[in-house]
Amino acid sequence: MGKSIVERAYYLMKLGRVFEERAKEEYMKGNIAGFLHLAIGEEAVHVGATLAFGKGDLFVHYREHVWALARGMSPKTVMAELFGKKTGVSKGKGGSMHLFDPAFNFYGGNAIVGAHLPHAVGAAYARKYLGHSEGVLVAFGDGATNAGNYYESLNLASLWELPVLFLNENNFYAIGTRVDRASAVKELYKKAKEFMPAVRIDGMNFFEVFDAVSKAKEYIETEGKPYYIEALTYRYEPHSMSDPGDYRSPRELKVFHDKDPVEFLKKEGIKRGLLTQEFIKQIDERVEKEVEEAVQFALKSPEPEDKELYTDIFCEVCTDVVP
Amino acid sequence: MLYREALNKALDEMMEKDETVVILGEDVGFYGGNYRVTEGLYAKYGEKRAIDTPIAENSIVGNAIGMAIGGLRPVAEIMTVNFILIAMDQIVNQMAKLRYMSGGKVELPMVVRTPQGVSKQLAAQHSQSLERFFTSTPGLITMVASDATAAYYGLKYAIELDDPVIFLEHELLYPMKMEIQERKDFDPFKADVVKEGKDITVVSYLKMLHDTLQAVSVIEKELGVSVEVINLHSLNPLDMETISKSVKKTGRFVIVTEEPKTGSFAGEIVSKVTEELFYQLDAPPLRICGEDVPTPYNRKLELLSIPTPDKIAKQIIYWGRENGI
Repeated sequence: MGKSIVERAYYLMKLGRVFEERAKEEYMKGNIAGFLHLAIGEEAVHVGATLAFGKGDLFVHYREHVWALARGMSPKTVMAELFGKKTGVSKGKGGSMHLFDPAFNFYGGNAIVGAHLPHAVGAAYARKYLGHSEGVLVAFGDGATNAGNYYESLNLASLWELPVLFLNENNFYAIGTRVDRASAVKELYKKAKEFMPAVRIDGMNFFEVFDAVSKAKEYIETEGKPYYIEALTYRYEPHSMSDPGDYRSPRELKVFHDKDPVEFLKKEGIKRGLLTQEFIKQIDERVEKEVEEAVQFALKSPEPEDKELYTDIFCEVCTDVVP
Repeated sequence: MLYREALNKALDEMMEKDETVVILGEDVGFYGGNYRVTEGLYAKYGEKRAIDTPIAENSIVGNAIGMAIGGLRPVAEIMTVNFILIAMDQIVNQMAKLRYMSGGKVELPMVVRTPQGVSKQLAAQHSQSLERFFTSTPGLITMVASDATAAYYGLKYAIELDDPVIFLEHELLYPMKMEIQERKDFDPFKADVVKEGKDITVVSYLKMLHDTLQAVSVIEKELGVSVEVINLHSLNPLDMETISKSVKKTGRFVIVTEEPKTGSFAGEIVSKVTEELFYQLDAPPLRICGEDVPTPYNRKLELLSIPTPDKIAKQIIYWGRENGI
């Protein structure tokens, strides 16, 4: 793996970490409201997969800030969206759970568990039909694997031979219900194996995620068929800011804090001669500055105008006829 | 020509003209459609464009959303409106909201076609009119095709539109003989006055429009009045201009729909008419709707549960006399 990729990964994972820690602070101050789902602890999956996957369409769940940043969306416009401002990626109408930008092939930000899986299947159908070579990546949690959308989508992606990478981020909890209390099949990748090749990987390890997704991407794009990765990961924060998170033991938290993906990448990168202390220091400073700028940008941005209430409901033709 | 053939002609012409138009749904391809609306399209355009799906309505709509995102113009068929309830998350939470939630960045040029209504003795789970769920969801266009002209031009219009459209048909209209009137300027957002009159305005659509038209001569004869009948092609947006113009002339308003009365779309139209035209009204508005019951299997009971030409005539005549016509 090249030095530049690892450097980029460190920057994005650190950016994600600092961005989200700051988002939490801003939530406490009242600058961000509603549901805020933090992905602190899951950065290796979000960044590793995005970097390995290239430019293909991404369909993601509601814990998607780091996915969006990794895809290249600006911390400023993402933070402004969290603040509900006019300058946000979704003009302040979507919020934390609904980041969209077709310019980055980024399609949400979906807050109904598993409902975006059929979108990924449909998009892959369309892209393949129109002769595009790139596949589609859809990320979802362990909770989604027990819902109907999941099985429908595995079935259709396989039946129609579509280049979809199903990336299951198993963080062990669907809000407060542990995975083994919700799923009859305990190793989730086995719930895909009848439909497509499926593997389980360590989602706290950037290198493992990057390699697995690179391999998967190659497979779906050359074979034109789906592939499945279950990445074991962990969210250090509760499900959302309104979840007390008291269903997890301190011992369990420690086990996963010891595997902190940002710290792991730092250590492993230095060991392999791909990162230096000096580079890390530079990045850490740069990230602090960028996140501060993002917050200032969001704070100073205007609220959407009242007329925005009635825009973006329909296309121009229909907007003209709807009173 | 049959009503269903007008729909088929619209699909065929759009698929011929634009290769990003695809159809998907249960049995729409090889089998030709359970109501034969998509007959011949599989043979002509192949399995990549006339896509047979499993019985998974949620995925039919969800996949269509993804296809629209990916650059196609999908026309999804839900075999009957009863099964669309399986797909309501995709319709209400996804299809209707993606444009708004994305600040206008995600556009969904797609149509979900489905027939609704009471057919013949199909019982409660196969005999429903559910337009209220769509018309009360912001972000959806709800069109209705009451005749071959609206079926042909309306469906083509819906496919070309850059918004998600729920396109409602009626099971009993499929085999009915009718012709497409030449209407190059057809606009589904403008209602048609299908019969002019000066004393009572009656608005309807789908099967009930035909039942209303059958009832008109009896009403006119019994009450000694002339009745104006308006055919809606779109429920949301609703052409209040045409309705308003008519009510200002007649001073009396009746809406005929097949859905159960409580919470009905008919109630919404009556609210609008009352709010906007209260002082033009010479009589309280009248709703003629289905009964508030699950549709029974028994034919006699089934016919008691929905308006019929005879019941429409009787109710309007009674209401007319009560209100001094």
